[in-house]
Amino acid sequence: MLSSALRNLPVSSAWAAGAFARSFSCSSQFQASVQPKTKKTLGKTGVKNVVVVEGVRIPFLQSGTSYADLMPHDLARAALQGLLTRTNVPKDVVDYIVYGTVIQEVKTSNVAREAALGAGFSDKTPAHTVTMACISSNQAMTTGVGMIAAGQCDVVVAGGTMLTLNRAKSLGQKLSLISKIRPDYFTPELPAVAEFSTSETMGHSADRLAAAFGISRLEQDEYALRSHTLAKKAQDEGLLQDVVPFKVPGKDTVTKDNGIRPSSMEQMGKLKPAFVKPYGTVTAANSSFLTDGASAILIMSEEKALAMGYKPKAYLRDFVYVSQDPKDQLLLGPTYATPKVLEKAGLSLSDIDVFEFHEAFAGQILANLKAMDSDWFAQNYMGRKSKVGAPPLDKFNTWGGSLSLGHPFGATGCRLVITAAHRLKKEGGQYGLVAACAAGGQGHAMIVELYPQ
Amino acid sequence: MKNLVLIVADQKAGFVMLVNTLSKQLSAEFTDVMNEIWANEAVRSAVLISSKPGSFIAGADLNMLEACKTAQEVTQLSQDGQKMLEKIEHSPKPVVAAISGSCLGGGLEVAIACHYRVATKDKKTVLGTPEVLLGLLPGAGGTQRLPKMVGLPAAFDMMLTGRNIRADRAKKMGLVDQLVEPLGPGLKTPEARTIEYLEEVAISFARGLANKTVSAKRSRGFMQNYAMALPFVRQQVYKTVESKVQKQTKGLYPAPLKIIEVVKTGLDQGNDAGYLIEAQSFGQLAVTKESKALMGLYHGQVHCKKNKFGTPQKEVKTLAVLGAGLMGAGIAQVSVDKGIKTILKDTTQKGLDRGQQQVYKGLNSKVKKKSLTSFERDSILSNMLGQLDYEGFEKADMVIEAVFEDINIKHKVLKEVEAVIPAHCIFASNTSALPISQIAAASKRPEKVIGMHYFSPVDKMQLLEIITTDKTSQDTAASAVAVGLKQGKVVIVVKDGPGFYTTRCLGPMLSEVVRVLQEGVDPKKVDAISTAFGFPVGAATLIDEVGVDVATHVAEDLGKAFGPRFGGGSIDLFKLMVQRGFLGRKAGKGFYVYQEGVKNRSVNSGMDEILEKFRVPANPDVCSDEDIQMRLVTRFVNEAAMCLQEGILSSPVEGDIGAVFGLGFPPCLGGPFRFADSFGARQLVDKLRKYEAVYGSQFTPCQLLLDHANSPGKKFHQ
Repeated sequence: MLSSALRNLPVSSAWAAGAFARSFSCSSQFQASVQPKTKKTLGKTGVKNVVVVEGVRIPFLQSGTSYADLMPHDLARAALQGLLTRTNVPKDVVDYIVYGTVIQEVKTSNVAREAALGAGFSDKTPAHTVTMACISSNQAMTTGVGMIAAGQCDVVVAGGTMLTLNRAKSLGQKLSLISKIRPDYFTPELPAVAEFSTSETMGHSADRLAAAFGISRLEQDEYALRSHTLAKKAQDEGLLQDVVPFKVPGKDTVTKDNGIRPSSMEQMGKLKPAFVKPYGTVTAANSSFLTDGASAILIMSEEKALAMGYKPKAYLRDFVYVSQDPKDQLLLGPTYATPKVLEKAGLSLSDIDVFEFHEAFAGQILANLKAMDSDWFAQNYMGRKSKVGAPPLDKFNTWGGSLSLGHPFGATGCRLVITAAHRLKKEGGQYGLVAACAAGGQGHAMIVELYPQ
Repeated sequence: MKNLVLIVADQKAGFVMLVNTLSKQLSAEFTDVMNEIWANEAVRSAVLISSKPGSFIAGADLNMLEACKTAQEVTQLSQDGQKMLEKIEHSPKPVVAAISGSCLGGGLEVAIACHYRVATKDKKTVLGTPEVLLGLLPGAGGTQRLPKMVGLPAAFDMMLTGRNIRADRAKKMGLVDQLVEPLGPGLKTPEARTIEYLEEVAISFARGLANKTVSAKRSRGFMQNYAMALPFVRQQVYKTVESKVQKQTKGLYPAPLKIIEVVKTGLDQGNDAGYLIEAQSFGQLAVTKESKALMGLYHGQVHCKKNKFGTPQKEVKTLAVLGAGLMGAGIAQVSVDKGIKTILKDTTQKGLDRGQQQVYKGLNSKVKKKSLTSFERDSILSNMLGQLDYEGFEKADMVIEAVFEDINIKHKVLKEVEAVIPAHCIFASNTSALPISQIAAASKRPEKVIGMHYFSPVDKMQLLEIITTDKTSQDTAASAVAVGLKQGKVVIVVKDGPGFYTTRCLGPMLSEVVRVLQEGVDPKKVDAISTAFGFPVGAATLIDEVGVDVATHVAEDLGKAFGPRFGGGSIDLFKLMVQRGFLGRKAGKGFYVYQEGVKNRSVNSGMDEILEKFRVPANPDVCSDEDIQMRLVTRFVNEAAMCLQEGILSSPVEGDIGAVFGLGFPPCLGGPFRFADSFGARQLVDKLRKYEAVYGSQFTPCQLLLDHANSPGKKFHQ
């Protein structure tokens, strides 16, 4: 779960009014759709091929904006309806629904079921909810992959949802708020979620991680700016095709992510450290912000998809989950997961055409890049002979990432996978690598292979 | 070798200096470096950081102090230190202390002379003024600066208790200005990168101080600003603190009183007077016998933290403890929290539950004190396995038995255990009196049998007495010492014999206590007399703590082995107490009545009749308070000397450490051997002879003491 809480900081006022001047300075790697290179395909004998037919998400919004009055299942429902509209999949062919979420609303603890019923899926389709912090929807997808590969299902809808409920509802809760009023009550406080085992907030851990790898404030701000700039460009060019509009009850239809705010280095430089005060390097501007949103993805066995006349977008191939020290290596999941998943798939880093990494913090991404590029780290902490290498930035999160698009904890995994598929097609690659870190010191990576065009 | 290195970090930026211990040579170099800082235009601020990992400055060089012959010499040292630190305090260019690891004594004084302090927030970083524990006071301006920095009450607390303060607490007290969190692995080891990071952060603050973007001023509360400026409020604080110190030290320790006096002078009469009296008092204290005794203990402790048997062939990773009683559970507790997998075995579910609860409670009290998180507690407890059978003993590297003190039970257990443990596994017995060779007689592999005598409560008492027999192998001894050291114990290794060393020394003293009680001195008086001599626990209370049944048991065994030398008091008095159920604290009644939550315990009136029954007439020649103290102590010391003479003890150092840390021999006297040296062997023998004439052979001085008495200048400690 992410540096929650940055919402109370004067982010938007300080640097939102975006200087777009730099937004076109990056990236010349976008060319029109190119013919895919011809490499081997990663299918395994005896294992069913699992394909992504389609994936959608409702726009990711900063918490407390247009989705503020809704419940998590409302967002999930909107994403599911979007998927139904986009694919026209007959409701009764869906065998199973799995949803990822992080903080469960008490009334809808199996949010998958409530959302599916509300979205008009058949009441004969079972649904369950999984949780694994920031990689909850990855877990939802791989659960589906497992069901299909094991031959138990042919059609699974997976997804994730996240809505921060920040409202005191009962009288008791309201009273307890009053009792908390004290002299420093009105100074902004970050309601950051702390790691249970270490009592350390994720932002604090990220700041230490950045320091451990010697990553400066400047580098972090630069990376964050890159993320926003690339996201803005992708949004403007209409590349974010996974977004489906959502008519919010009582409000206008939401069509776009609202957290993309390319700023200037100067404005970002003005922000004070959010966690390690007063000298830390992680700020509201170089962290992902608290986000509301939901995603949904339709996965099938290859033969079922073809039989139903779908043109799949991608294969979901090998995947791994990893975990490590939740104190000092909380956010290094991608570093551990990347070489493992590559080895499993028989690929090397240079085979990968598209990288989609979850950006929890700019400092976290840069630390992971450095760790992946370090023989010392690989040998001393990962028990490997040598480093896996750092992904080249021109293949890395080129349509923005969690820093700019937002990070609804439960929903990001599906966004990563579908974005990888879309980028493979657009940029003419064959393999994509998706990786993410999560609270608890866990991580995930998966290989996405473009479906032959 | 040059200790200090000047590094200009970058243009007009901070500089870093590397130091580690405070010595004479260092002062001279320090002056040079400070002059260089002032002269160098490029340097605008400075950072003090240690080049030695794990410590900022661990304090002044004790050898330097001990080399001094007179108080004047020590005073001179103190004044040199004061001058050096004055230079830092008055430096026109700001100086920042970057603290990682121990920052104690002289090290703390250096840090508080700086303008700003940045410390690493880890468990190894502790700040404190432990001088009082060596019978000294902070002699380089500490007594003057500390009250101004943290306030009078906190300063007194630090200086009078000598306690270590963790970094986070230091930040709250205003002792440090910024904390730096320790880092995990990056492109270097966590330790190396954390130090580097500390340096970077300290430099950024040094730079900030130089260009005035950072202020070193702290806001203080009402108590600090206003109340403490009022002389009558301060007087009240002095009075309270003084009476507390008097009560706790019984006037046996000069240092705490000096500290109060020195602080008082500084605050009431100004800096010059304060620094002068600090230096003078430092000199005076350094040559007191109390200080020498305490420093001797310090050196002894360092000595007993080493494994003279070398590294064992196999590290003990899995330990099994038999018996989940007070001792067994205590041993388990100090093992699991060091990461040793521990099997705690008992014969009954009830006993096992009690033991497991004891371990939980011990760890949980640390959670309440915030020295442990609840998560760490749970993860530590996962190292412990409670069970009623011998399951998993095939993986044990060492078994420590803490079952009932009965040779037959010990033999039975030993045989059961040997049937299930692997060949390399060591069998250790936690017995306080049964000879190990007797226990080992039932063993198929006596070279693997050893004694490990822990003291109750195990998690609080620092001492571990290890007992080797003629057959115990070197490797077995090495392994036992290694486990003890890992458990955080101060370890002495002694030869086997009835009562080993500690129990054997205690025996004659307790016998004499009984004699004194029989002579009509009431338990409260006995306690008062013994604590006045410096024993932390009164002699009558001690018997209650040990347990009257245990004491009876031991007294009988040792009485058989040593005959009249252990005579004096009547053992039948103990036996009658046991019969009546007056077993001491554990039974709620002994010499005193113990009630939960009642602090001022009263004397057990049921004892009147018993004491009356065993009443013997007292000889007024040997029954003054001082005589009673000497009767107790001379018997203790005589027996200790006998242990050294017989080779039970391998050195006087271990004898002193064992007596002080295991039995509460007055620390201000430094242990029985240090006491024999300072009191004089001749005088000691004279006292013994005097009491021998009245009471008989239990007071006959041993040959070793006589030898010392006959050759003046011969000392146990050179």
